[in-house]
Amino acid sequence: MSGRLTIHSAGPMVTVQDMGRSGTLSLGLSRGGAADRLALIEAAALLGLSAPVAAIEMAGMGGVFSTDTPTRIALTGAPMRATLDGAPLDWHGSHLLPAGARLEIGPVTRGAYGYVCFAGGIETHPVLGSRATHVNAGLGHRLAAGDSLPLGPDPAPDTPAMALPVEDRFSGGEIRIVEGPQTRLYSSAIRARFTETGFRRSTHGNRQGVRLDFEGEPFTAEGQLGIVSDVIIPGDIQMTGDGIPFVLGPECQTIGGYPRIGAVIPADLPRVLQAAPHAPLQFRFVTLEEADAAFTPEAALLKRLRAAAEPRIRDPRDIADLLGYQLISGVTAGDELKGD
Amino acid sequence: MSADPRPDCPDIAPLGVDGVLVRFSTRLDDVANRAVLGFAADLESDPPHGMIEIASALSSVYLRFDPETVTRAELTKALHARASARDWSAPADSAGRRWHIPTAFGGDRGPQLAETAALLDMSEEEAVADLVANPVRVLAIGFAPGQPYLGMLPERWDIPRLGDITPSVPASALVVAVRQLIVFSADTPTGWRHVGQTAFKPFRAESDAPFPLRPGDVLHFDPVSHDEFDRIRAGDSDGSGGARLEEAQ
Repeated sequence: MSGRLTIHSAGPMVTVQDMGRSGTLSLGLSRGGAADRLALIEAAALLGLSAPVAAIEMAGMGGVFSTDTPTRIALTGAPMRATLDGAPLDWHGSHLLPAGARLEIGPVTRGAYGYVCFAGGIETHPVLGSRATHVNAGLGHRLAAGDSLPLGPDPAPDTPAMALPVEDRFSGGEIRIVEGPQTRLYSSAIRARFTETGFRRSTHGNRQGVRLDFEGEPFTAEGQLGIVSDVIIPGDIQMTGDGIPFVLGPECQTIGGYPRIGAVIPADLPRVLQAAPHAPLQFRFVTLEEADAAFTPEAALLKRLRAAAEPRIRDPRDIADLLGYQLISGVTAGDELKGD
Repeated sequence: MSADPRPDCPDIAPLGVDGVLVRFSTRLDDVANRAVLGFAADLESDPPHGMIEIASALSSVYLRFDPETVTRAELTKALHARASARDWSAPADSAGRRWHIPTAFGGDRGPQLAETAALLDMSEEEAVADLVANPVRVLAIGFAPGQPYLGMLPERWDIPRLGDITPSVPASALVVAVRQLIVFSADTPTGWRHVGQTAFKPFRAESDAPFPLRPGDVLHFDPVSHDEFDRIRAGDSDGSGGARLEEAQ
């Protein structure tokens, strides 16, 4: 049964996001979509879906939500404090949300962007092929108290709660980058200094890009004022006119005239965008061959994660309404989820 | 970067793991931009195996591909073959579409017209007359949704961007720098000089046709009085701002 999601309160940047738009880059509209694409793929894996669906992205701070029909939800991305009618919920897992229950999501405990994904997906009207709010282009809006959004029906409401082991991508770390068409505008000394520098994710960061703080001289390219504007894409590391690096995010502009020293490989981009302010980031050039080897198409990634998701084992004493759970059918459906 | 690319022999370099950049020039160059538009149109109408989407900038075309369908090496080879198959700078403007856009110049509608005219060593009237005498082509769409980079103006319009950014220039403003014009999609901080104001919206989020302009379209800015402009803007309901489109057949 389809239903409605009600937003009772929301942090300052709570938006609907999906996997973004393909085909609008030539029209000046960047792909947009989830800052952490992996989080939506993980949510689809936890919910046994064949493709990611539109979900709620919460930057730094969550909100209070309820639905008028029961549905499974998945909590993914940056871990946040979450409770269901006051009882704590595990992150990186799926849960049953009964009709009218109060889902409260607080601040992130690590990382930047948390997600709550409803099994039937958010079914707002797609604009230009996507439901993703594009803040910078003025498509969609930040969610606020009183908003109500349509939800698709949960395709398998009786499947058990699942958990997914997740590698920490919420604390910064080493980031692999590849050379791009402008990398060689930087001298080998500057390129070396770039990879030796211990950066920190600045407090200035949003869906357009993340600024990197560092100590030392700015990173300047040869003839950087005469560079003709090129297409720029998420993951590019672009230097401003005064030599400060930004890693571009899903809502970056589509053409830019500032030089780029390289591009973060897709596998490591969530780690950059999920880095909380002041988290350490260090860059390492890899060859295209290494980057290709680390590349997993998103459909293949989902298949792999669906196989990795497993029914969550909980201490029965923690389950308030044990008799309400369909324990037997849950075990069966768990195995079925691993098929494709 | 290798030796200077040429319109018949572009540089093709990886841009990220699933993209390549086909660069026809390292400078802003009218012939290279024509090649970009011709090559991009050909890719749109006859996509190579594995292509997901393309976007063109002033002197280059970006192509995103599906690495499961085609390898970078195969795609690069196919693109080289296509690039050298003909002179991509040949397509003529007349194949495209022509827009006539009512524009108010100077005064509070173009507060930087006076300093722009001074840089050209012209009066304001002469500068406007010179600007509108030169129809411009959509060189690229980008930066912001639907926003056109327009050119090329004659050599004498090679005026630099401002050192000090103007904090906000309104949407639909006409701005100029480095032989190019832009009509802004949204209120924008900019170093380009604000010489006129249109009521034309390059991005119409609520419309069935949100992106009215296409690369290769030709734009004429038709000067109107400030009173006439106010009347056009007050009566505008669809974002066209009184613009008239001629489609060549």
